[in-house]
Amino acid sequence: MKKSMLLVVSVIVVFAMLLAACKPAAPTAAPVEPEAPVATEAPVVPDAPKNQGLQMDAAKVAPQFYNDADFDESLQLMKQAPLNPDAPIYMQYLINDPVDTTQYKKAPPYNICFSNAGVNNPWRVVGYTTMREQVEELRAAGLIKNFIHVDAQGQDAKQIADIEDLIATPGKCDLLIVSPNTSEALTPAVEKACEKLPVVVFDRGVLTDCPVVFEKTIGGYAFGISGAQFIVDNLPEGGNVLAFRILPGVDVLEQRWGAAKRIFEEAGNINVVGVEFDDYNTVKTNTIVRDYIDRFGHIDGIWMDAGGPAVGALEAYQDLGLPFPVMVGEDQNDYLKFWKENNLTAIAPTFPTFQWRSAVLIAVKILQGETVQHRWVLPQPDVTQENLDKYYNAAMPPLYYALSGAEDMKNWPDAWINVDTTKYVDVLP
Amino acid sequence: MTTSSVSANGFNKFLHSIRIPPVYYFLLVIFIGGAALDFYFADGQILTNRAILTNIFVRSVALGIVAVGQTFVLIGASIDLSVAYTISMTAVMSSFIMQGDPTKVPTAIFVVFIIGAVIGLVNGLIITKLGVNSFIATLGTALILKGILNATFANFTGSVPRSYETFGYGRIGPIPISIFVLLGVVLLGWFILARTKFGSQLYGVGGNSEVARLSGLRTHRVLIGAHVICSLTAVLTGLFIVSRLRAGAPWIGPDGVYDLESVATTVIGGTALSGGKGGVWGTLGGVLIFGVIDTLFNQLGVNPFLKNVLRGVIIILAVASYTLRSKREAA
Amino acid sequence: MTTTTMAKSSRAVKVLNTIWTWIKKIPPVYPIFILIFLTVGFLNPNYQTANGIFVFLRRASPLAILAIGQMFVLSSGGFDLSMGSLVTFVIVGSSMLLNNDPEKAMITIVIMLGVGVIVGLINGVTVSFLKVPSLIVTLGMLLLVKGVAMFWSGGAPRGYFTDNFRIFGRGNIENVPIFGKFPIALLIMIVIALLSYYLFHKSNFGKQILAIGDNVRASQLSGVRVRVIRVLAFVYSALLAVVAAILLGGYGGISTNVGDGLEMQAVSAAVVGGTLLLGGKGSVPSVVFGAFTLEALFNLLNLLGLPKPYKDAVQGLIIIGAVAYVALSTRKKR
Repeated sequence: MKKSMLLVVSVIVVFAMLLAACKPAAPTAAPVEPEAPVATEAPVVPDAPKNQGLQMDAAKVAPQFYNDADFDESLQLMKQAPLNPDAPIYMQYLINDPVDTTQYKKAPPYNICFSNAGVNNPWRVVGYTTMREQVEELRAAGLIKNFIHVDAQGQDAKQIADIEDLIATPGKCDLLIVSPNTSEALTPAVEKACEKLPVVVFDRGVLTDCPVVFEKTIGGYAFGISGAQFIVDNLPEGGNVLAFRILPGVDVLEQRWGAAKRIFEEAGNINVVGVEFDDYNTVKTNTIVRDYIDRFGHIDGIWMDAGGPAVGALEAYQDLGLPFPVMVGEDQNDYLKFWKENNLTAIAPTFPTFQWRSAVLIAVKILQGETVQHRWVLPQPDVTQENLDKYYNAAMPPLYYALSGAEDMKNWPDAWINVDTTKYVDVLP
Repeated sequence: MTTSSVSANGFNKFLHSIRIPPVYYFLLVIFIGGAALDFYFADGQILTNRAILTNIFVRSVALGIVAVGQTFVLIGASIDLSVAYTISMTAVMSSFIMQGDPTKVPTAIFVVFIIGAVIGLVNGLIITKLGVNSFIATLGTALILKGILNATFANFTGSVPRSYETFGYGRIGPIPISIFVLLGVVLLGWFILARTKFGSQLYGVGGNSEVARLSGLRTHRVLIGAHVICSLTAVLTGLFIVSRLRAGAPWIGPDGVYDLESVATTVIGGTALSGGKGGVWGTLGGVLIFGVIDTLFNQLGVNPFLKNVLRGVIIILAVASYTLRSKREAA
Repeated sequence: MTTTTMAKSSRAVKVLNTIWTWIKKIPPVYPIFILIFLTVGFLNPNYQTANGIFVFLRRASPLAILAIGQMFVLSSGGFDLSMGSLVTFVIVGSSMLLNNDPEKAMITIVIMLGVGVIVGLINGVTVSFLKVPSLIVTLGMLLLVKGVAMFWSGGAPRGYFTDNFRIFGRGNIENVPIFGKFPIALLIMIVIALLSYYLFHKSNFGKQILAIGDNVRASQLSGVRVRVIRVLAFVYSALLAVVAAILLGGYGGISTNVGDGLEMQAVSAAVVGGTLLLGGKGSVPSVVFGAFTLEALFNLLNLLGLPKPYKDAVQGLIIIGAVAYVALSTRKKR
């Protein structure tokens, strides 16, 4: 018995040592230990050190995706009016960066290929639906023939192989649209694709300038700034803020958090008590919120880098019978509904799903030899108390995203209420 | 499997290993079915394209290498669910050490193989010396590795030098280097299992541990050896993936579901979960089935959600096709 | 925790030794749970109130239900990895069926229980009659069931959960004497635990499951209908996954990834509760407390302010430790 116990203990010790040995290897070793004594005085700690949440591991911003110059530029772009105000919002651009595409000009109809990171969350489902509806309209207009969609199911390695598959057959694709799963990992594959055909990248970026167009709305910085600034402006004196992130390592998400972090730090009077990863999981979010309310007595503001689980967080307050916090969500319909029904002090920064249809429209422009914007920055409106009624649509399902920009389409709203991604045909006979 | 003479057993195994494992018939069926679909929907453009055929193999490299290791463990009637995080650990540590500097590549490779060996050793020790069921033991180490990784590197860390990307993207003539690596690993795996004393001992341990022990085998050592081999293949997979991705991040192993998929492909390849039976050639067939259906689904534009349904069905049917006749009750 | 107490006791005098042999008969999950829960209660006064304890128990209820179901399968010698996907299926599917209509709540629940029976039957029949190992069958079903849910909904569930559907996971029974508010989810969990206790410990079904898990051949010879019993274990496990899903959906609302990884958590909870993998040993109350222990442990780590990743590492250590403890103590008896 003693011998076996020794073994158990030694295994535990080995792992503890492994744990300790790996710790200093962290690129920026942040001190985590000081939190422990604080926590033992929970739940209500009047003189807890401010902003301890910003010292947490989860609060680290990946330096390769964030820089202050881009932050400043985004701040500027948020105030900027579109340069082509007469175009529909999904074709507007905020900066002038024209690129000539006559070398890609071809006779229609076109075969377009699309390597998709995944349709693994509701935002992507709405975006993908909008994209396919746009393709159907362009097919009806005789501009597109085949639209070949490959889905990487959220795996970098798979998406690289997918892209290699797509470019393997000459003439199969006239143009490749890529929505990368992660920026760094997909860069080599996109570089290879650029050598063979014109490429349009949207949503998340890649670390190469080779695509003809990189298209997205203003982006992560603006999303982070809007939400954080709203909390700074509306948080009651002495309020605690809890921040949620889905996962680390995605440029758009790193930028959202990095920007918010900077706003919180600069505001000075904001106490961010925690930063947590929630894996986009509503139940987990609800649980974390309760844990923090337990620990700190009150959480008065919640910031999120993706609003999917926002209602989960709010329901924790509802169930506990507490007043709602100053809330940052996203334009997901269930959140807008909750907001309207409960008169929240809230904002919904957006990363509009209309950028999915923009990608197809831009692809066709390129193949028609029209001038496009190399870096195509689309506008990115916030949903606020003032325009909530405009964006909230009671007829739409809970996981619909309000800024789909799809209201002018033929199958609106049915295709977005009864989502059926199986009805679209990739290759026409 | 319970033949008392170890050497005769080894010879049998050798004969066994040159026979074509039944999974290749299944692969053929899938391939022909695929060709029919291809002919009907895409005018036969898919499977006549050499680049796409090559890509079926390239797609299979990452899973294939680690599945060879998983085969060893399963033959020993054990299982390794920690490979996904071993892959992540390798990818992250190697790119962290390399930092884009070609001179640091050997150090990085050395360090990650040591880490891999330690992980395998710990797995093996927990299973043999503490008597913990392998499913739980390796699930446990997987969680521990996950915790360490996420607490230490929350992100893409460092990068690999351009020269190192040759592993993932380079070619010898028209054939990618990675395919040679995969075939090399399979050949080595076959050699160890079919031609070495360790291999026949492993079959003995997996077939009936008690009998093997009574016939004087150091069963613990053999099983620990199998786990170390498995972790080392996971390391090699990690090194391959990081060369394709340029940098390592903690989630690349679990995102690729290498733990459960390596088990699934190995079992599809004819290795019994209960141990003592199977081989690496079958595993290669199982991995290629996944590669073929992935490629076909992509090229034919099958709905992504439907893909998972079909994958699930294929896993169950493939295994059922030869467990059906077994007289033993499954659990 | 137990290792240190054990170390001390080995040095203790004879009187303590007799007490120790008596204590040793208590499954270690109970003292560990009490220790962790007391620490949590000490660190956070909320857990000293009935309400705080209820909040905790309600949160742990879905996991406890899943762990009981998993335990039935584990004790028969199998695994059920399809649980998490089934949870996702029920949440997504219920949203599709309900379509914002409160009158459909009852029928939706009945249909979903039916789906549970079907999934359980497929699992069980494939294992029993096609002889495919359950690890592989339920892994295939993990992909299949979630795939069907996503395919059906196109990845975007259509309707909201109605309040009368959510009440099981979210609601309380008001004005209960002594307790005040009593969570419905906890009540459901207790009912299921009692039912499972009867099935597993008092009925023939439970004894036969254990017999199969212990020795298939022997139980076959003694007239146990191995295949039928095995199928029933899978059906029961799937049914409990459906119940847990209804509670989780009520608690958290609609989401397409709530079920991810729950199967492994259920295995962990069952194992912490002393269930023997590959069959032959299990106990409903211990498994319930296994689930409570995991949940309390997560709370404790949070109260200590440890970053979330350590949760995984600690969970890993705990399950290895729990199984090693059982394995070493049974090995010693031999």
